[in-house]
Amino acid sequence: MPANQPSAEPLVQISDLSYAYNSNGGRRILDGINMTIPRGKVVAIMGGSGCGKTTTLRLIGGQLRPLHGEVRVDGQVVHQLNRNQLYLLRREMGMLFQFGALFTDISVFDNVAFPMREHTKLPDEMIRDLVLMKLHAVGLRGAAHLMPNELSGGMARRVALARTIALDPKLIMYDEPFTGLDPISLSVVGQLIRKLNDALGASSIVVTHDVASSLKIVDYVYFVSEGRIAAEGTPEEIQNSAIPFVKQFVQAEPDGPVPFHYPAMNYREELLASHA
Amino acid sequence: MPNADLIRTIGRQVNNGIWRLGYAARFAMIMLLQSGIAFRRFHLTIKEVYFTGVLSLIIILVSGLFVGMVLGLQGYNTLQRYGSSESLGVLVALALVRELGPVISGLLFASRAGSAVTAEIGLMKATEQLSAMEMMAVDPIGRVVAPRFWGGVIAMPLLAALFSAAGIFGGYLVGVQLIGVDEGSFWSQMQSSVDFHEDIVNGVIKSVVFGILVSIIAVFEGYDSVPTAEGVSNATTRTVVTSSLVILFADFILTALMFRGT
Repeated sequence: MPANQPSAEPLVQISDLSYAYNSNGGRRILDGINMTIPRGKVVAIMGGSGCGKTTTLRLIGGQLRPLHGEVRVDGQVVHQLNRNQLYLLRREMGMLFQFGALFTDISVFDNVAFPMREHTKLPDEMIRDLVLMKLHAVGLRGAAHLMPNELSGGMARRVALARTIALDPKLIMYDEPFTGLDPISLSVVGQLIRKLNDALGASSIVVTHDVASSLKIVDYVYFVSEGRIAAEGTPEEIQNSAIPFVKQFVQAEPDGPVPFHYPAMNYREELLASHA
Repeated sequence: MPNADLIRTIGRQVNNGIWRLGYAARFAMIMLLQSGIAFRRFHLTIKEVYFTGVLSLIIILVSGLFVGMVLGLQGYNTLQRYGSSESLGVLVALALVRELGPVISGLLFASRAGSAVTAEIGLMKATEQLSAMEMMAVDPIGRVVAPRFWGGVIAMPLLAALFSAAGIFGGYLVGVQLIGVDEGSFWSQMQSSVDFHEDIVNGVIKSVVFGILVSIIAVFEGYDSVPTAEGVSNATTRTVVTSSLVILFADFILTALMFRGT
């Protein structure tokens, strides 16, 4: 049993993972993915929009069931857990959603306090101190009394991050943390992802298509394209990669292995056909 | 073959309808099983009673008052032709307690509170708040859906009772104060003719049933909505339409069971 030496084993082990929304033969979102998230590292999953990055996170969190293969988190196969075991496992996970997903009817303070109040019996004073510490870590202690609709996009993301780390998770997952942020917020969030990971001794998975922001902070990169892993390596290896798809992505070229044009019939024929 | 197409379409629609009904029933079962939290942490449910009940008070009380006033006017017109205008109190009270109280407050409740619950749950889904809760190891069906359901079930009979009370007061205003029906016979005939079990309890049973139906439709439509602006707006519309039809249908069934031959 791996329980004897838990630190040697990676925190998340994805083997031969496949997924399709339509279980009887629809298009596969993921097709035989293998990934390893070692403990203490920040790993990025990159790829174009709709390539199955977010689906991967949902499979790790047990919100979806794989078609084939398995996800192991801390030695447990996620889709074989029963409801209580899954909920216990999720207490060790934090997930930052694309736009924060803050609860809009309660204040910033109550948002961060939410997981603590739901899962612990800590007295109110202690919850208050913990919430302020979490908010301080993301630089928003002064915003505790605000409502979510009073926050800018970057602030909302940071509050959501404080809520994500409220219970000191072992695994932090970020779903497109850089989308729609200005350059300052961008580097703030990037720095926080790295710093919080190291300070909490956690492991992080960053799903993103933002090459510039993520390559600065991550330890390892998986490139996903059309449901398969197209490339993997350290940020340097990715930056110097000769693989056409990766090169197009990193250099942000409009045309290449990922075509500019959506598949269509011959241009000339289509134009002429309309006159026929 | 247009006929074959027609039959095929009907078949598909019926199949879909039944499938959706089964899906809703399954959802309701899961919600009832997860309802513990709505009672263990009763303040969550109380908050929903406030949102669905207290905030609906204005529309319920004002509508009740006017419905009662109209009943007073119309009832007097008819009754005085037969020389029995003192029975106005009985007519107003029976009409409200047996039928109009539960039914109209049910319809108002569906459009005021049911639609709000659907829109709220739908938007929470669209903005990933429900997913976020799930990932925080908190079951949204227990934490979000169940308190809203029970809040509606508690609020609805209270609103129906207040509606009837406001209506009787409206009938009194028009009948006694405006037209001049004898005040003593207005109240005493009402007291002697309205039966506690036959009329009031049956009316309360109706309002409880309507409360359960509207609340389950509202939370189901919200939870099942397509998580887009269009999807949430469709779900809200469906809540009002379905609830209204279900209330009227259920009212017919209940009336047939409760008041046959008496």
